[in-house]
Amino acid sequence: MCTCKRVRLGTLAVLCLVWLCVVGVGGTRIPPESSQTFGLGKPATSAEIQSWNIDVGPDGEGLPPGQGSVQEGAKVYTATCAACHGPTGREGPMNRLVAGEGTLGTDHPVKTVGSYWPYATTLYDYIFRAMPPTAPQTLSPDEVYAVVAWILFQNGIVDETTVLDRQSLPAIRMPNREGFVPDPRPDVP
Amino acid sequence: MNPRDVQLGDWMNKATKILRNVFPGRKFNRRAFLLGATSLLGVTATPWLFPSRSEPAPMNPADPTRVPGSPARMYGQRSPFVEARRIPALTRSRTPLQDLHGVITPSALHFERHHNGVPAIDPTRHRLLVHGLVERPMIFSMDELKRFPAVSRLAFIECSGNSGSQWEEPVQLTAQQIHGLISTSEWTGVSLALVLRESGIQPEATWILAEGSDAAALTRTLPLASIIDEALLCYAQNGEPLRPEQGYPLRLLLPGWEGNACIKWLRRLKLVAGPLMTREETSKYTDLMPDGKARQFTFEMEAKSVITTPSGGQRLPQPGFVEIRGLAWSGRGRVTRVEISVDGGMAWQPAELQEPVLPKCHTRFRLGWWWDGKEALLQSRCTDETGYIQPTRRDLIRVRGTNSYYHYNAIQSWKITKEGRVENVYV
Ligand code: HEC
Repeated sequence: MCTCKRVRLGTLAVLCLVWLCVVGVGGTRIPPESSQTFGLGKPATSAEIQSWNIDVGPDGEGLPPGQGSVQEGAKVYTATCAACHGPTGREGPMNRLVAGEGTLGTDHPVKTVGSYWPYATTLYDYIFRAMPPTAPQTLSPDEVYAVVAWILFQNGIVDETTVLDRQSLPAIRMPNREGFVPDPRPDVP
Repeated sequence: MNPRDVQLGDWMNKATKILRNVFPGRKFNRRAFLLGATSLLGVTATPWLFPSRSEPAPMNPADPTRVPGSPARMYGQRSPFVEARRIPALTRSRTPLQDLHGVITPSALHFERHHNGVPAIDPTRHRLLVHGLVERPMIFSMDELKRFPAVSRLAFIECSGNSGSQWEEPVQLTAQQIHGLISTSEWTGVSLALVLRESGIQPEATWILAEGSDAAALTRTLPLASIIDEALLCYAQNGEPLRPEQGYPLRLLLPGWEGNACIKWLRRLKLVAGPLMTREETSKYTDLMPDGKARQFTFEMEAKSVITTPSGGQRLPQPGFVEIRGLAWSGRGRVTRVEISVDGGMAWQPAELQEPVLPKCHTRFRLGWWWDGKEALLQSRCTDETGYIQPTRRDLIRVRGTNSYYHYNAIQSWKITKEGRVENVYV
C-alpha cells in the first residue's frame, strides 16, 4: 500500500516536471489572458506625444490656446479655402460646407457642417489635420478658430461678432446634435 | 578586398572574355555576367543567351519550344498577356473581381481608398505611439513590432461605400465597377491586445483612437471591447510587406469591419473614455435613414455575394455549359450557404462552396448551368453562420430608403439577354 502510494506520487512528480519543462520553463507561449509583457518598445517622451497628439474630443479636450473671430475667418477662408469650397461655402466644387437645414429627411438630403455635423469640435480637429489638402497641419490655432467661426456663422449657428477659443467652441450646440442613433442591425428583412 | 574576391573577380573577367568571343555581337560586362551566373544556379542555360534583363524573350513566338525563353528575374511579373487591372480614380481604385480566381486578391490588385494620397514612408523612421489612458505611454519601431508573437489570417476588407451606386437607378457597369471595393488577403501582424499589454490600459479606457500617418492623418475611434479579440496590427500582406496603398509599413485590421476603420499607415493609438466624433465617424461613414436620423458606428459588413461569371459587360459566346462563379462573404463570420437563381429569384438551388470556408473571408462559390439561349435572370443569395440571409434590394430599401450611401448588400441581379449580353438590372 505504502510503496504503491509513493510510486504514484513519484509518477505525479515526474509528470509535473515534464509539464513544467514543456509548458513552464522551456515553453514560450504566453496565454492571452496573461499580463506578462514582452519588454518591447520604449517609454514615449512627452515631446514625442505632444507632436502627434492633435485630436480634439467633443468635450474640447485637446483644443490648444488661441482664438479667432468670424471676421478674421472670412480672410482665412477666402485666401485658403474658397477655391475648392466656393466663395460662401455653398458652391463647391468640393464638399458643400454650408446650408441644407431641414433636408435630411427628404428625398434630396444635403449633408453639410450646418445640417449634419453633430459636434463643432470635429471642425477644429478635421480642418487642422486635413485642410487645405495641399498643406495639412499648417494653419495656426488662431487661423483654425477663425475659419471655424466663419463656417459656423455662414450656417447661422453663431453670430457675426463671435470669437471662438478652447472654452467657447465646445459649448456650441450643433443643430443636428440629436440626429444620430446607434447601429440597430440586423434590420432587414 | 580579400584574396578570394580577387580570384572570383579574375575568374569572372575570364568568363566574360570567353562569352564575348562566343557571342561577338553581344555586350557582356561583369554585371550582366553576374546576373546570368546567378540565374544559372537555377538550372536553365538561357541566361547565357539573354544575359541582360533588358532583353526579354521575344513576345509571342510561333512555337515557344523552339526559342529560348527569358532569364530568371529578381522580382516576378505577370505574363504580358494578362490584363486584369484596377480602375483608378484619384482617391480610389477597384479590384477586377470578374478576372480573379479563388479567394485571394493579388496584392497589386487590392482595391485602394485614400483621403489625400498614398504616403511614402521610410519604415526605419516609422513609429507607433500608444498613449492616452494607459499605464505607460510607449513608442514602438517596426523592428520591435515584428518581434512580438506573430499571427496570420485571411480576411476580406470591404469599403462600406462598396456597391453604393446601386442605391440609385441601375447603370450598366461591371462587377468591378459596382462591387470592386472589396479584396481578400492573408494578413500577418501582431495582435493589438499584445501590444497594449506593454503600455497597460487604465480602467476608464473604453474606446481607442487610431490615426494614420498620411496627409489626411485619418482617424477613427473604435470600441475597445468589440475589437480587442481580433484586431491585428499588420505589417504583411500575402507574404510580403504591405503594399504602400494598403498601409505600408503598418495598418490596423479589424476583420469583418468596414475598411475605413482599418486605419492604414498607422502611427498612433490613443486610449480614450468615449468616441472622439472624428469627421470620418460623423460627417462620413454614418448611414442616413428615411426619417432623417443617421446610424452611427455601423462597423460590421453584413453578408453579401455577387456572381462574377457571368457578370456585367461580359458576353456568353453561345448556348451551352456555363459555370456560374462568384464570391460571398460576411463580416459576422462564416458563409454557410449560397443559393443561385436563374429566374430572378423564383427557384433557388445551392451552389458549391470551395473549401476552406473561413470566417470574415471571401468564399468562392460555383454552380454548373446549361444556358439554353433564352433570357435569364441570375442571382446569388448567401446566408451566414448567424442565420442572416442577404436581402433583396426591395427589402433593403423598404427599411433603409435610398440615402444611406453606405452598407449596400442587396442581392445582385444580372440579366442574360438572348444575345448573351450580361446587364445590371433590378428585379
Ligand atoms: C484643394 C482643394 C481644397 C482646399 C483648398 C480646401 N479644401 Fe476642404 N476639402 C477638400 C476636399 C477634396 C474635401 C473632401 C476630403 C475627403 O473626403 O477626404 C474637403 C473636405 C472639407 C471639409 C469636410 C466636409 C464634409 O462634408 O465632411 C471641411 C470642413 C473642409 N474641407 C474645410 C476646409 C477649409 C476650412 C479649408 C481652408 C482652410 C479647406 N477646406 C480648403 C478640398 C479642399
